[in-house]
Amino acid sequence: MTRLERNDRIIRLALLLVAFSAVSILIVITAFIFSEGTPIMFRHGPGRFLLGLDWYPSEKLFGLLPMIVGSFSVTAGALLVGVPTSLACAVVLTQFASKRTARVLKPVIELLAGIPSVVYGFIGIVVIVPFIRDNLGGPGLSVLAAAIVLGIMILPTVISISVDAFQALPPSYREGSIALGATVWQTVRMVLLPAARSGIVAAVILGMGRAIGETMAVIMIAGNAAAVPTSPLAPVRTLTSNIALEMGYASGEHREALFATGVILFVIIMILNTLANRASARRKV
Amino acid sequence: MSSPRQRNAQVPSASRRLRFLRRSGGADVLLIAVLGGALLASGCSRGASGGGLTVAGSTSIQPFADHWAEIYQKLHPDLVVNVQGGGSSAGIQAARSGAAQIGMSSRELKPDEKDLTAFVVARDGLAVIVHPANPLDDIGLDGVRAVFAGRIGSWDELGRGSGRITVVTREEGSGTRGAFQEMVMRKGRIAREAIVEDSNGTVRAIVAQDPHAIGYISLGLVDPTVKALALDGVDASDANILAGRYALVRPFLFVTSGTPRPDAQAFLDFILSDDGQELVESGGLLRAR
Repeated sequence: MTRLERNDRIIRLALLLVAFSAVSILIVITAFIFSEGTPIMFRHGPGRFLLGLDWYPSEKLFGLLPMIVGSFSVTAGALLVGVPTSLACAVVLTQFASKRTARVLKPVIELLAGIPSVVYGFIGIVVIVPFIRDNLGGPGLSVLAAAIVLGIMILPTVISISVDAFQALPPSYREGSIALGATVWQTVRMVLLPAARSGIVAAVILGMGRAIGETMAVIMIAGNAAAVPTSPLAPVRTLTSNIALEMGYASGEHREALFATGVILFVIIMILNTLANRASARRKV
Repeated sequence: MSSPRQRNAQVPSASRRLRFLRRSGGADVLLIAVLGGALLASGCSRGASGGGLTVAGSTSIQPFADHWAEIYQKLHPDLVVNVQGGGSSAGIQAARSGAAQIGMSSRELKPDEKDLTAFVVARDGLAVIVHPANPLDDIGLDGVRAVFAGRIGSWDELGRGSGRITVVTREEGSGTRGAFQEMVMRKGRIAREAIVEDSNGTVRAIVAQDPHAIGYISLGLVDPTVKALALDGVDASDANILAGRYALVRPFLFVTSGTPRPDAQAFLDFILSDDGQELVESGGLLRAR
């Protein structure tokens, strides 16, 4: 074996080690969350965790249903706000905008992803929350406020993946449709959108993952009441905020229950990621 | 409130993360820490008495006691003071068993704990606050309880003002919530629908912003952006608190078993001295006397 070959092998092994250390961190985190969070679920019964309405850790009541419903309602609201806007943006960027406009628009949208979430939360509490309180009623800290802010926060994710989905389509689809006499809008609606569907689904699911995992901005604007929200104007607590809010002082079973919250969040996000992977895998076939 | 009452923000917030680690195992951690502290102290006995002083108990007092101990050790470099959490009950238990020379309790001693000696080192008040524009100035303790339990949902029912009430509370596990639960709610629950914020500061900010809101914070943190309500006709003023008329005041107790050991007595004397009480006030608490 020459020296160069030996060096090559050493470097290959070293890089492999580094790569595996990243994977092993994921394994360690998973094992840790599950080992801390699952015993209490089985001690009290998973049903009481998943379906219980009362979150009073000091009375040993650990019902997480309000937080599960909270996470899903806030996420659904965020998709309602963010997905139509994102799709419109993606269509404009790939079909209607001139190259020059696109060159300006795209970096600006990507810049949105660089704004820290605490800044979104701050804008939410200073602008959106008082607006909702004064004009629509309720305390302002609400599902709606969180949905609007999260809807804006998922824009860069959903836009850039949808743009990729449109750009991955063969140019002949568009050209053929235009050649048959369809307008650009008819082409988008009847040819391109259906063809890019799986890519768009993947974009939406990744946006969903982003929304469900966001914590800081949500704590600031959602009000964090541990009750199932009865209207879009009611305060709400998500799974992530539940952990972040109470970790500071929690001890004993309370702390374990917060890890159990993490387990549920982990499972939800795993399911979402798997769905996203399958949707984008189908696109390539 | 005047400036000396401003809470020294660094003290509680810096120790909050530590507290999570320390409290993680509750009593076990306390025991290990006490044993470890004893070993450590015997290993490097610097004090004349031949061992460190252990102060353990209430997590509400702990951040302040940490700060007091730090200052005290600067003045007396030959003395070691270990401050540990664990909760009031664990602290009282530790004082009785001798695991700690001083137990910290943020509640009064129960009848079966009266064999121990308690010293009030400081006091912490709770203020029930509303928006400055709220026409309500006075509320009964029963009224506060009914509002936070969700039985009263609008200001009209309280006689002054109108519209729904936005209840703002602290998160489960917080010492301030614990004190409010004990002194106001007693066995009752704070309504699920209440908005939850994770610090005195954010509760104050929400109440300052929302004309319909009501919340509670540590008395030392009341400022002109919010209005502290009188309780059953008694203002949350210094005079009323000192006279014991204001209802929502809890003592911060140092508990010892019998006569304090000389080094425990010295630490106690330091906190009760004028300098020590000034330290208490600068932390946002009320003087013991």
